[in-house]
Amino acid sequence: MFQIRVHGRGGQGVVTATEMLSVAAFEEGRHAQAFPSFGSERTGAPVVAFCRLDDKEIRLREPIMEPDALIIQDPTLLHQIDVFAGLKPDGYVLLNSAHSFEQIGLGELVKQRGHAKLSTLPATELGLKHVGRPIPNVPLIAGFAALSGMFKLESVIKAINEKFSGKVAEGNIAAATEAYELVKKQMEERAHA
Amino acid sequence: MLKQIEGSKAVAEAIALCRPEVICAYPISPQTHIVEALGEMVKSGELTPCEFINVESEFAAMSVAIGSSAAGARSYTATASQGLLFMVEAVYNAAGLGLPIVMTVANRAIGAPINIWNDHSDSLSQRDSGWMQLFAETNQEAVDLHIQAFKLAEELSMPIMVCMDGFILTHAFERVDIPTQEQVDGYLPPFDPRQSLDPKEPISIGAMVGPEAFMEVKYLAHAKQMQALELIPQLAAEFKQQFGRESGGLVRTYRAEDAETMIVAMGSVLGTVKDTVDEMREQGHKIGVLGIISYRPFPLQEVRAALVNCKRFVVLEKSLAVGMGGIVATDVRMAVSGTGLKGFTAIAGLGGRNITKASLHKLFLEAEQEQLPPVTFVDLDWDVVNKQLEREKQNRHSGPIAENILYDKGMSSSAKFG
Repeated sequence: MFQIRVHGRGGQGVVTATEMLSVAAFEEGRHAQAFPSFGSERTGAPVVAFCRLDDKEIRLREPIMEPDALIIQDPTLLHQIDVFAGLKPDGYVLLNSAHSFEQIGLGELVKQRGHAKLSTLPATELGLKHVGRPIPNVPLIAGFAALSGMFKLESVIKAINEKFSGKVAEGNIAAATEAYELVKKQMEERAHA
Repeated sequence: MLKQIEGSKAVAEAIALCRPEVICAYPISPQTHIVEALGEMVKSGELTPCEFINVESEFAAMSVAIGSSAAGARSYTATASQGLLFMVEAVYNAAGLGLPIVMTVANRAIGAPINIWNDHSDSLSQRDSGWMQLFAETNQEAVDLHIQAFKLAEELSMPIMVCMDGFILTHAFERVDIPTQEQVDGYLPPFDPRQSLDPKEPISIGAMVGPEAFMEVKYLAHAKQMQALELIPQLAAEFKQQFGRESGGLVRTYRAEDAETMIVAMGSVLGTVKDTVDEMREQGHKIGVLGIISYRPFPLQEVRAALVNCKRFVVLEKSLAVGMGGIVATDVRMAVSGTGLKGFTAIAGLGGRNITKASLHKLFLEAEQEQLPPVTFVDLDWDVVNKQLEREKQNRHSGPIAENILYDKGMSSSAKFG
């Protein structure tokens, strides 16, 4: 089983992100379970949502306490809650930021864990650029597909088309494609560095 | 057709396939997505003929369902928590009148303190209302139970609640096989009511009944639920024939063959229980699971048969009879009376408290050693409980409990009562 925890704030599409991840996994024939940490939904309040992936039926209903991957939709959460709690030693981290981990004071994280499974992505900027709204969720799941290699970009695009239509879908597909390529490039550069 | 879909949406699609003629509802979390989706289907013409009635309260929702069902229309509503409590008078009337209404209960705790999260207090509070109650383990089963529920209710002319864990199931995206219209039509015949109001042939439904006949009417409600004990497995078998999968029935066991310790539970927690049991089996523990699907009628014989060969059992339940202990546990102990089996009650997950594998491991190991007290409160924070008890001992004016507990847990800074 592979477990992804997504942190963000109310209004950033955190729950939608896990739902779309589960749809992308389903499109690839896997079992997937997405669910939010339920609470009173308020814009701006910290929100957590979860996605489990497996090759067999998923029966477990507890929240994800030891994730294999973290997607952090809002870097300001780093000062507010322990987003890294329980993250497996070889876990993935994808952070929404136009800066590197070192630039935002997380150099230690890179030192401890190495570069291979960590990435930052200017997801809010990509949302603004392609969809006209500062919603980072779709670029981040596409970026995660690139970082982890667990999804094909086309599965993410299928999930986008299931959720959105018309111009919004087109914009999100453009944002996802650019995000996917940015992360891929980042990883290739690191591999050659 | 296999879909990756939210539980509520899947249930809405299943309800639509059952061709309801009247849907009345009042929104309350965590049930809202179900009736929202159905409202959209009626408005778009996807679900027709069907009247969707927005009512002003849950009391009105059940009252409308009573009226439409009595008029011979297949009627559906959904609710949860305080919404269910608000309609209680009409809930009892629907059962007393023998009207085969199907209602989803997206199980949620009852206040005060107000709490929107999942446990089983709401539908279990209607244990004796005369409604049947089936509990879904997964969203697939929630879909399947609704299809079976219309058939069961209409066959017996008795209402039924299909209970699914609020949020945990209703808001979870998972893989669900949504049947075709042809499959559902082949299983569920059109509603042929035993009684119906018709201006051309006027009758009355709902007479006043005095001491001379009341007991007989009530006994017949009991007799019908006893008939349901036979009908529920039959309908599950027919369902398997038509849809090709096991769903429903009275009870279901898992790895119970040589189990010395059995865990009894209802609803979605069975998934976490089974994963825990798998891990313990790998370590050599002889442990198994009994899932109860039909809470009302309660399958005494089947529960007894499933437990009689074990040495001890734990009833893990998301409900609490204040001043008594377990609710489901009481029925389970009734089922095994005279066997001398050792039974433990574990209250867990109240108001949405997470039930984790780690906690279940600990609980089940203690059960195996028979080191549990008769009633265990899983993951209870004894520090804050004892602090409040001490506060009450020390101070006559100890103030509101919930606010004090929130203060002690560091979640509120405004306690006035030291």
